[in-house]
Amino acid sequence: MTRLETCFENLRSQDRKAFVAFVTAGDPDLATSAKILDGLPAAGADIIELGMPFTDPMADGPSIQAASQRALAAGQTLVGTLDMVRKFRETNNTTPIVLMGYYNPIYIYGTERFITDAVAAGVDGLIVVDLPPEEDAELCLPAMAGGLNFIRLATPTTDDKRLPEVLNHTSGFVYYVSITGITGSAAPQQQDVAANVARIKRHTQLPVCVGFGIRTPEQAKAMSEISDGAVVGSALVDVITEHLDAQGQAKDTLVDSVLALASSLAEGVHRD
Amino acid sequence: MDQGTNSYRAGPDENGRFGLFGGRFVAETLMPLILDLEAAYNEAQNDPAFAAQLEDLQTHYVGRPSPLYFAERLTEHYGGAKIYLKRDELNHTGSHKINNCLGQILLAMRMKKTRIIAETGAGQHGVAVATVAARFGLPCTVFMGATDIERQKPNVFRMKLLGADVRAVTSGAGTLKDAMNEALRDWVTNVHDTFYIIGTVAGPHPYPAMVRDFQSIIGRETKQQMHDREGRLPDSLVACIGGGSNAMGLFHPFLDDPSVRIIGVEAGGHGLDTPEHAASLAGGVPGVLHGNRTYLLQDDDGQITEGHSISAGLDYPGIGPEHAYLRDTGRVEYVSATDKEALEAFQLITRLEGIIPALEPSHALAHVSKIAPDLPADHLLVMNMCGRGDKDVFAVAEHLNVEL
Repeated sequence: MTRLETCFENLRSQDRKAFVAFVTAGDPDLATSAKILDGLPAAGADIIELGMPFTDPMADGPSIQAASQRALAAGQTLVGTLDMVRKFRETNNTTPIVLMGYYNPIYIYGTERFITDAVAAGVDGLIVVDLPPEEDAELCLPAMAGGLNFIRLATPTTDDKRLPEVLNHTSGFVYYVSITGITGSAAPQQQDVAANVARIKRHTQLPVCVGFGIRTPEQAKAMSEISDGAVVGSALVDVITEHLDAQGQAKDTLVDSVLALASSLAEGVHRD
Repeated sequence: MDQGTNSYRAGPDENGRFGLFGGRFVAETLMPLILDLEAAYNEAQNDPAFAAQLEDLQTHYVGRPSPLYFAERLTEHYGGAKIYLKRDELNHTGSHKINNCLGQILLAMRMKKTRIIAETGAGQHGVAVATVAARFGLPCTVFMGATDIERQKPNVFRMKLLGADVRAVTSGAGTLKDAMNEALRDWVTNVHDTFYIIGTVAGPHPYPAMVRDFQSIIGRETKQQMHDREGRLPDSLVACIGGGSNAMGLFHPFLDDPSVRIIGVEAGGHGLDTPEHAASLAGGVPGVLHGNRTYLLQDDDGQITEGHSISAGLDYPGIGPEHAYLRDTGRVEYVSATDKEALEAFQLITRLEGIIPALEPSHALAHVSKIAPDLPADHLLVMNMCGRGDKDVFAVAEHLNVEL
């Protein structure tokens, strides 16, 4: 069983939902980012989505775009991101880590080499925004064969005709994108999301987590009640932005502030 | 050769691939839209009414066919090849961009879309989109890099006059690549009513093929006009390349005529030996951006680097996937011209032919100046004069240290 499967099984047996925390690897600098990563499990993150920075994050809003730019300016690379995971695994062997990003850096790294190195580093799954099922041969199939979960995004535009194709090569969990839009957009309507999550669940046994536009513990609770978990990214990244000094350097309060928001979001998701 | 046929014109395959290049690398939210677009485009291609409406507009609204003009004094000046200019700068709106925009807006209306978005670099595509949006009464938003807005003020004002909402994009270097990111973000947000008119032969399938098809009227006319004038095929074709739509439009009808030498000219910026250029084929490696695999300017980590060119229309770190394919097969030669060479060519043709070219085709002319003198007098060379230079006069004045 993979870490992701174990994680969801444990959550199910405790009748709990998953709090999935997103941060960008290397934001705002490599050392601070590593501290945030190390602190997230104790803050209540069940799963960590670690963003692989990219110059052209086409599905992301201004918050995560800026996070990518800060990480790249701080010298982050795909090698560095895998290194962060490797170091995290020295002290944590249970919290699943899913890398999220865009295909080009992986393609340039070399897909086979990337899969091998990601597995060795302790990565559990991948979310690659610009690889729809039509391009499964590129990375999805070799990654699944190599032992990584490939988490697919399903969206409000994914209709019933298309859903089986989208879910066909999905493993770990399904990430339901709650809105048509970019990360950090307006809050989703709970009713619409509930109907779509139910629709997806008619097609798959996999857990379904909901993301995009979730900012507060209340929203996280509401979204996880109608699904198997809530993903929060931009709101955490915004706390990083708020705790930079005039030179763009991390203030002493940054790590604790990010983890404090993570804790309250986790409480929202885990509250009965 | 491609897909088991003896033709360079057979691509793309059903997955939108030109060999290794092309494809559909988009977020799931957009995937159903581009499948719908592909179906609608295929349907339109088989509908004589669509072709008839497009042809009527090309004739009476755009002013096609554009002339194939024998550039007598330029020919004399170089003392070699017989130089013809395909005068697409005479089109309504001043460039070849309108050819594609008309095709796409007719398609948008067939698909019952009620809002148009577009990206633009030099503003030529933005102006063409704003024009067809005005003509058909659809609201239109154009994304343009903040840097480009600064260096293309006349076109920005033109778009606004036409009723377009011009949005400044400040992410990245504020140029064409960033404008395209922002247009994609808008599209993913407004999927239900919005049609994205991409301006070049790039993006996810079916855009590269569709834009090529709408632009191929350039090459089809050239073939007929050259036949009427000289009774034969041209010997060489030269066109500038940013994303590559004017070049693909000229080249495509000639790809299977092996006697025709075909040359694409990339923007060499400050020189290929510097990081300041926009020559994706000469200085890039294959990667994935904006929905397709193609040659991209990027670093070892797969991060996209910013192109540089004096011409905002060529300032893009990628190139259409079919060009990538034509380069790898060797059918088309790709070369480059620097900012300086383009600026010299700009001034030369203005003085010799009384034609003020855009900075984009000035790159093509810069290459013509390198090859024409050594070619025989019976060598028929066609250069695509894809845009006029009105928009560039302020920028050129600045480069020439002239105060207006």
